[in-house]
Amino acid sequence: MAAASDPLVVLRGVVKRFGRTAVVDGLDLAVAPGGVTAVVGPDGAGKTTLLRLMAGLLAPDAGTVTVCGHDTIAEPEAARADLGYMPQRFGLYQDLSVAENLALHADLQGLPPADRPVVFERLLAFTGLAPFTGRLAGKLSGGMKQKLGLACVLIRKPRVLLLDEPTVGVDPVSRRDLWAMVQALRDDGTAVVWSTSYLDEAERCETVVVLDGGRVRFAGPPADLTAQVAGRTHVVEGLSGDRRRIQRRANALPAVVDALIQGPAVRLVLAEGAAPPAAEALGDSAAQVVPVPPRLEDAFVALLAPARPAVPGVRLDVRVGKGAADAIAVHDLTRRFGDFVAADRVTFSVPRGEVFGLLGPNGAGKSTTFRMLCGLLPASGGTARVAGFDLGRAAPAARARIGYVAQKFSLYEALTGRQNLAFFGGVYGLGRRALAEAVARVAGGLHLDAALDATVADMPLGIKQRLAVACAVLHGPEILFLDEPTSGVDPLTRREFWRHINGLAEDGVTVMVTTHFLDEAEYCDRVALMDAGRVIALGPPEDLKAAHRTAEVPEPTLEDAFIAAIAAERRETPP
Amino acid sequence: MLRRILSLIVKELLALLRDAKSRFVVIVPPLVQLFVFSYAATYDVTSIRLAVLDESRTQESRALLAAFQGAPAFAELVPVARDDDLSALVERRAVTAALHIPPRFAADLRTDPPARVSLVLDGRMSNTAQIVHGYVTAILLDFGRAWGAAHGWPAPPSVIVERVWFNPNMESLWVVVPGLAGVLTMVVALVVTALSVARERELGTFEQLLVTPLRPVEILIGKTVPALIIGLLEATLIVVAAQVWFGVPLTAPVWLLYGALTVFLLSIIGVGLFISSLVQTQQQAIVGAFLFLVPAIILSGFATPLDNMPPWLQAATWVNPLRHMMVILRGVFLKDAAPALVLDSLWPMAVIAVGTLAGAAWLFRRRLG
Amino acid sequence: MTRSAGLDPRRTAALVRKEALQVMRDPSSLAIAFVLPLVLLFLFGYGVSLDADDVRLAVVVENPTPDTAGFTATLANSPYFQVTELRSRQEAVPLLDRGAVRGIVVLGQRFSADYRAGAEAPVQVILDGADANTARLVQGYVQGVWSTWLTQEALRQGRSLAVPVVAEGHVRYNPQLRSRNFLIPGLIAIIMALIGTLLTALVVAREWERGTMESLMATRVGVGEILVGKLLPYFVLGMGGMALSVGLAVTLFQVPFRGSVAALVLVSAVFLLGALAMGLVISALTRNQFAAGQVAIVAAFLPAFMLSGFVFEISAMPLPIQALTTVVSARYFVSSLQTLFLAGTVWRVLLPDLLAMTAIAAVFLAIAVRSTRKRLD
Repeated sequence: MAAASDPLVVLRGVVKRFGRTAVVDGLDLAVAPGGVTAVVGPDGAGKTTLLRLMAGLLAPDAGTVTVCGHDTIAEPEAARADLGYMPQRFGLYQDLSVAENLALHADLQGLPPADRPVVFERLLAFTGLAPFTGRLAGKLSGGMKQKLGLACVLIRKPRVLLLDEPTVGVDPVSRRDLWAMVQALRDDGTAVVWSTSYLDEAERCETVVVLDGGRVRFAGPPADLTAQVAGRTHVVEGLSGDRRRIQRRANALPAVVDALIQGPAVRLVLAEGAAPPAAEALGDSAAQVVPVPPRLEDAFVALLAPARPAVPGVRLDVRVGKGAADAIAVHDLTRRFGDFVAADRVTFSVPRGEVFGLLGPNGAGKSTTFRMLCGLLPASGGTARVAGFDLGRAAPAARARIGYVAQKFSLYEALTGRQNLAFFGGVYGLGRRALAEAVARVAGGLHLDAALDATVADMPLGIKQRLAVACAVLHGPEILFLDEPTSGVDPLTRREFWRHINGLAEDGVTVMVTTHFLDEAEYCDRVALMDAGRVIALGPPEDLKAAHRTAEVPEPTLEDAFIAAIAAERRETPP
Repeated sequence: MLRRILSLIVKELLALLRDAKSRFVVIVPPLVQLFVFSYAATYDVTSIRLAVLDESRTQESRALLAAFQGAPAFAELVPVARDDDLSALVERRAVTAALHIPPRFAADLRTDPPARVSLVLDGRMSNTAQIVHGYVTAILLDFGRAWGAAHGWPAPPSVIVERVWFNPNMESLWVVVPGLAGVLTMVVALVVTALSVARERELGTFEQLLVTPLRPVEILIGKTVPALIIGLLEATLIVVAAQVWFGVPLTAPVWLLYGALTVFLLSIIGVGLFISSLVQTQQQAIVGAFLFLVPAIILSGFATPLDNMPPWLQAATWVNPLRHMMVILRGVFLKDAAPALVLDSLWPMAVIAVGTLAGAAWLFRRRLG
Repeated sequence: MTRSAGLDPRRTAALVRKEALQVMRDPSSLAIAFVLPLVLLFLFGYGVSLDADDVRLAVVVENPTPDTAGFTATLANSPYFQVTELRSRQEAVPLLDRGAVRGIVVLGQRFSADYRAGAEAPVQVILDGADANTARLVQGYVQGVWSTWLTQEALRQGRSLAVPVVAEGHVRYNPQLRSRNFLIPGLIAIIMALIGTLLTALVVAREWERGTMESLMATRVGVGEILVGKLLPYFVLGMGGMALSVGLAVTLFQVPFRGSVAALVLVSAVFLLGALAMGLVISALTRNQFAAGQVAIVAAFLPAFMLSGFVFEISAMPLPIQALTTVVSARYFVSSLQTLFLAGTVWRVLLPDLLAMTAIAAVFLAIAVRSTRKRLD
């Protein structure tokens, strides 16, 4: 008979092919009860396929998957009896209310009517959705939808709970709530499998499984993975020069596996057995290289980082505007939608060459502000000058001087990379010769030469992202706008992306970025934190962190600071 | 400005033709529809099955039946013995019509003309019934004339001489195929334009366009020209098929056809862009296109004549570009229409084109602002 | 392949209730079931007619005499024609070119002289072949008017008849030959083919798109329950659309209904089931609303329109296309509806039609069960 500690999900030699590519390629794994197993890996590593195999939604081409002792293919009904599965976008019925969605799932899962009041009350309290039972699911925020989805799966406490990237597109506050809900389950002996691209989430799990190319590269406690880079992590502090230049030089050193901007400092992960580089080697004799304790992300990058491309050498032909010192100057910028004030007297300015971040929870007004600055949305009041041009009067002139990378990297999927570049060059008025020259320069700098003649639809995510940047900088813009550029992207791709963006910033391009991924905000020189349409904090990330240092949290992360700042703001002016 | 528009046009054509799905949509369904509809959309009445109750059973009645047997439209005569069977066959649609020759037929013919036969028609298909009635009348006239001549009757004081112009054999194909050239070209041009902006909106590339220095009018031109090119290519395909495969003559000069097609396509593209700037998703665009296409086709005179509609509806069809194109298409294919005649239908389309394109431009600017 | 034996009543009821709630909240299904038939009925009811009354005809009388006046008057008195009298062909030909008249009748310079001489005076009829159907109708009408005229003349002058045999037409079921009477029942069949297929095609595709299908599949819900949960609500909705269409046909368009309501409900139910099942198949294969909508229109609406015999005679189509029509369910529904409306409950028509529709519905249901698998691959 099965013991209480026997694994609940067992995969043996599982292979799953789509066409000729094996997405899961000979995978063995056992998931024990009473804990959270994080599945991490770069995009395309097979995370979603793995979860679908466990849920019995896909049949393995080889090997077996058993859930609670039942084979998912031979005995699908038995295997599903104690299984809860929440797909990436949990299928809530948008036209049904919170209560109706719960009732439907209670019926589908055969919960006796007598038990319902108790179960519903517990779940509604648990999710904080009790005040919203009558609201249609389609009208809930992203975070609330995910919580409701989780509640639906938890109606009959499953012994195995599969969650596929539950926190993508969810702001930090809701992420914490979801995490707390799952924490409560581990005490009941439920086996939770949680796939994620956020390593800070994985760090808090009992087990982490690193997938790459459909195989398990590591499975075990996160601390064991982190221990692999013990003694290899350092921080370069007290920089006198540009931190981006330091990062670039560090990345070029063979001893350095990864260099990452972290506030005013640069974080280094060293190759195995390598000595920390001297400050001189980094081109800044004033700096000190100090050892720091490793994080899971350091180990993840060290484990998976392939031979990395050299740092970009894109040289942009930036036309510096006359007179105006600030690339962006916003004064009392306001946008109303009916009675709703989406952006309320927003004021800030961004000097040339700065990387500036707009942060805030969903609905804070950061997207509205961002869209106004790109000229996608007219302002209801106030002024905005971009590249020295007033958006209200000379929007086309301003638009000619900016580049824009949308969240979904808006490329024409049916066209090749070269055709996309030719198109965007053409609409910015580049002549044939100027275009050829710009394509050669930009594609070389962004390491796109090999991919230029492939169709965009066939490109991997990382290449698409670089191509989108290439299209946006072809005409030598003074300001580059990035809208949620790395949402749901794994740490490796994110690093590569920022390496290129930093290269552009070094060249003097001003970068304006919106994000709710707070690690990303660390790359910014300054950030504006928005809530309820207003800027509630403005300054360098380290200042923001320092402002929220307390006795309980002596070393706040940017996420801690972010949550504290919003909580403080809402206490002062309740919405 | 020219370079920017040219980039847009090249991009649009590439996006349409490099994508296997869109390529399929503009090429395969129109061709399949052309072939299936050309053969299926027929008002011809052939292979008629006629139930026959011959109560006369004379040389005369047999001669009359022989005349039916020889007529090409009649496939089979089904002899029955009783009046009830006649009705039953009609009722269960086993025959197209039924002929009853009464016992006195031969006697009446000889002594007390006219001899009467009765023809039972199925009103469940009233168009077919009318055409069959026409066929039967013609056969009886011929039979009567021949019978009269053989029995020393004086020649009839008058005869009917029929000439069918433009389509001597009254082939449905000759009517349907030119009409389809208009219908299918319209469908493709409309779908391509109605979807174009909506697709870019859905994929997010539209915002990318809006942050470039492109002006709304440039985007509109960049969407119009490729759709025009695709529409003209589509029309060419159908015109070639009409002549090579279906053998429909093209009697008027080709330039006249293409001139009219260009104006027609512009009016349709205006509608497509109007829909496209109104909607948010491709799905809504398809619904919008469908809502335009169905009335436009029904009220164009393609399948049924406009003359039969109530006057108020006939007046309303003036705003339907396909209605005017239908007149031009039949004119240039079959009637060797003179340029002046084409112009009569061309200027209303030009007015519609200006209206729809201006409307699309206005809406486009408004939606952006 | 997962198939649970039997249906769990509570799960099935929950799915039906969920679907019903969605229908009430999202107006698009209601629009498809009720607004679409309304719009199409109005459009077709007024826009589509094959009645050729008041056909415009030019009569060229080159040499007016009492004989020509008699003939012209007979033409003008006929309910079919609206006559314009002219004196020369040159005036008439441009009218035909423009399509302003559907035909020209020419009584030549010598008509009267020849007629009096009994020398087969020609009545020349020129028809516009660019509208072949109208041309054919006009041909029949002119022949009819001409032989009436000859008979009247002969009686008046006491001469022997020139037309020895005449046919007395008896039109069953639709004596006034109103084309609307047969077009509208056929149209209802087409509308039902479209809405039946569209309703299920779109809603199941929507479940795929929104990810709700993936969630459902990971629960213990069986394929049968999912299918019944979809079929039942939209069956009710579709029958509602059907009732609306029939009601409009009888009241607004004055089409007689001579059959039994029970038979109507039976044939409609069988046909609708087939159409809904076809929608389920389409959505299971396409899994997105956009493609499902397009396929539904191409696979349901167009064949129902072109290949059902609703207006185009199947017997006149080339054989391969005739063969194609036998698998178009709408063909049988059109025949049943035309019979039920105009002729009555003729089981010898309805039974074979029902049999064919049942077979087609069964095939689609079987494919729907097979293609709605509880797995993603």
